[in-house]
Amino acid sequence: MSDVTFTPAEETEDPYAGVRDTTEGPVYTVTGQDWEDVVGAAAAGEERIVVNMGPQHPSTHGVLRLILELDGEMVTEARAGIGYLHTGIEKNLEYRNWTQGVTFVTRMDYAMPFHNETAYVLGVEKLLGIEDDIPERANVIRVMMMELNRISSHLLAIATGGMEMGALTVMTAGFRDRERTLDLFELISGLRMNSAYVRPGGVAQDLPPGAVESVRDYLTWMWDHIGEIEAFCNENPIFKGRTVDIGYLDLAGCMALGITGPMLRSTGLPWDLRKSQPYCGYETYEFDVPTTDTCDAYGRYLVRMAEIKESLKIVEQCLDRLRPGPVMVQDKKIAWPAQLAVGADGMGNSLDHIRHIMGESMEALIHHFKLVTEGFRVPPGQVYIPIESPRGELGAHVVSEGGTRPWRVHFRDPSFNNLQAVPATCEGSMVADVIVAVASIDPVMGGCDR
Amino acid sequence: MTDKPEETPEEESLPAEPEGPELPPAHPSRRGMFGAQDAGDTSGYGRLVVRDTSPTRGDSTPRPWADEFERLDEEFGAALQQAGQAYDDAVEKIVVDRGQMVIFIKRERLADVVKIFRDDPALRFEMCTSVSGVHYPEETGRELHVSYQLLSITHNRRVGLEVVCPDSDPHVPSITATYPSANWHERETYDFFGIIFDDHPALTRIEMPDDWPGHPQRKDYPLGGIPVEYKGATIPPPNERRSYQ
Repeated sequence: MSDVTFTPAEETEDPYAGVRDTTEGPVYTVTGQDWEDVVGAAAAGEERIVVNMGPQHPSTHGVLRLILELDGEMVTEARAGIGYLHTGIEKNLEYRNWTQGVTFVTRMDYAMPFHNETAYVLGVEKLLGIEDDIPERANVIRVMMMELNRISSHLLAIATGGMEMGALTVMTAGFRDRERTLDLFELISGLRMNSAYVRPGGVAQDLPPGAVESVRDYLTWMWDHIGEIEAFCNENPIFKGRTVDIGYLDLAGCMALGITGPMLRSTGLPWDLRKSQPYCGYETYEFDVPTTDTCDAYGRYLVRMAEIKESLKIVEQCLDRLRPGPVMVQDKKIAWPAQLAVGADGMGNSLDHIRHIMGESMEALIHHFKLVTEGFRVPPGQVYIPIESPRGELGAHVVSEGGTRPWRVHFRDPSFNNLQAVPATCEGSMVADVIVAVASIDPVMGGCDR
Repeated sequence: MTDKPEETPEEESLPAEPEGPELPPAHPSRRGMFGAQDAGDTSGYGRLVVRDTSPTRGDSTPRPWADEFERLDEEFGAALQQAGQAYDDAVEKIVVDRGQMVIFIKRERLADVVKIFRDDPALRFEMCTSVSGVHYPEETGRELHVSYQLLSITHNRRVGLEVVCPDSDPHVPSITATYPSANWHERETYDFFGIIFDDHPALTRIEMPDDWPGHPQRKDYPLGGIPVEYKGATIPPPNERRSYQ
């Protein structure tokens, strides 16, 4: 203790720096540019070092805060601190009508907007009792968008996970492919993310001209290029050295912690809600549920890679079964009346629709006005809708009290639940392995904090 | 509209209750068709009585239920009996609605019951996927509801559990000893509703800052917000805009 040169907290300008006396002994807080002090404190025999990794850290996938207790390079205790991205989306939903809710839930987990929208919309439809009236074409489009979204989300997970290990080419290749997926979202829904495309009763608008051809081109391109990332990683000794046996969590651990998604499937259990409790007609598509039995970060990478290929197969089947038809439920008391169209300045109100309500039909105008300002009423009750998102079970608990606004909507987000596995996967490993383990959980803080 | 008549003759001129089957009770919070509270009843529908058909309130859903739910109830009853617990002591009511089953558990028995749900071979609900709260300020003595979603991978089925507690005594036993995954979910429910989960290992706030006053998802907690001005027009914050029931 004698040669420690820490400045007492009250003498520094930074209220968080310096040394404080606590009941556990002196606590040194280091904030940068004080390496000499750190070395001095370490030499003085202080045995506990607590490192705050995050919330602003490039490799924590957003504002995740990891609180690590270190013994040298070894992590002896790890805890996750969340809440830095809490935006009160669930509270806001209670002040908007049922259709507007889509615009909010899509912003929860911003890497899988179509899954958020679909989970919420399936809940509203089940409360309305119209789940059997959704047109076939709308369901096919929903499945196609969700599978494209699964591809883009997995690519994001693999790309950022690779970047954090120093595999920059994996990142560039992954983002290149993801960008093409987002181009499709932009073409079909008008927006790369936060699309609010899936609506109660169907989808916001039909596929634009040329969409099917674009998706076909995309599939050809993806089948040609998806092997690139595999060639970089699968048998790469450095990649395997960084991921094999890292972030280990076996089946018993996953069960206890409620872990679903690729993490659960990397333990060898083929649990996929698209197969076991299908929705949106998934039971009619042909695809496999890939698993590995390694329980580690490498196995999760392999599962994600294989799922991308399965999703490509599903998208192909969607294109084959697209038949002309409506994309919104026939019930005019629910179907959103405002039609959109692409004009000279981008997506906007359809001029045909404006002409109809302003010039042709007073009833259509009243109807439009009532539905857009007041919205529709949903009979009272509650439902819990689970769907298989790229990260695991995404559940929407939707409660109605019979009004035009949701009484309560709660999202069981897989990132929120799966981050509970941080202590189990990180404790006892090196600091560098924490990065890999957390990346293999694939948390998205927008969904976690909502 | 400002000076009201001293007597309101409306009560006498209202028709008597129509004859026929008994109607559901009046809704605790809704009245009229459009929910206008701030001005006179210009629509003429303001005195309309809204019937409360919420399956969450009221008694158990009358049988018969779908086969799967009858079977689940049977297996649950047998498991309770095997554990030496009386069915009526544990179960308050069972609601089957829209193809989903929700068992209302008496809160003092929750910790025992979830253990049976997890361990009994006929039930084997391995996972508790979600815990969330709902606030019904109009249900006196039953304001706060906690709803649990259990998943059985072995039998590929789900069941919802629900526990009710009053605002004046917001305590519910924690189920983290049985389902460790409920840890964060219970913290979140505490954070948003102020429901205290007894025997939780570390019941602290999780989404809101540690020193945050109040519990934001409760209905008596305002949304907040400021008016926004755009080209001379002012848009009020969302909770002050016109709303419809």
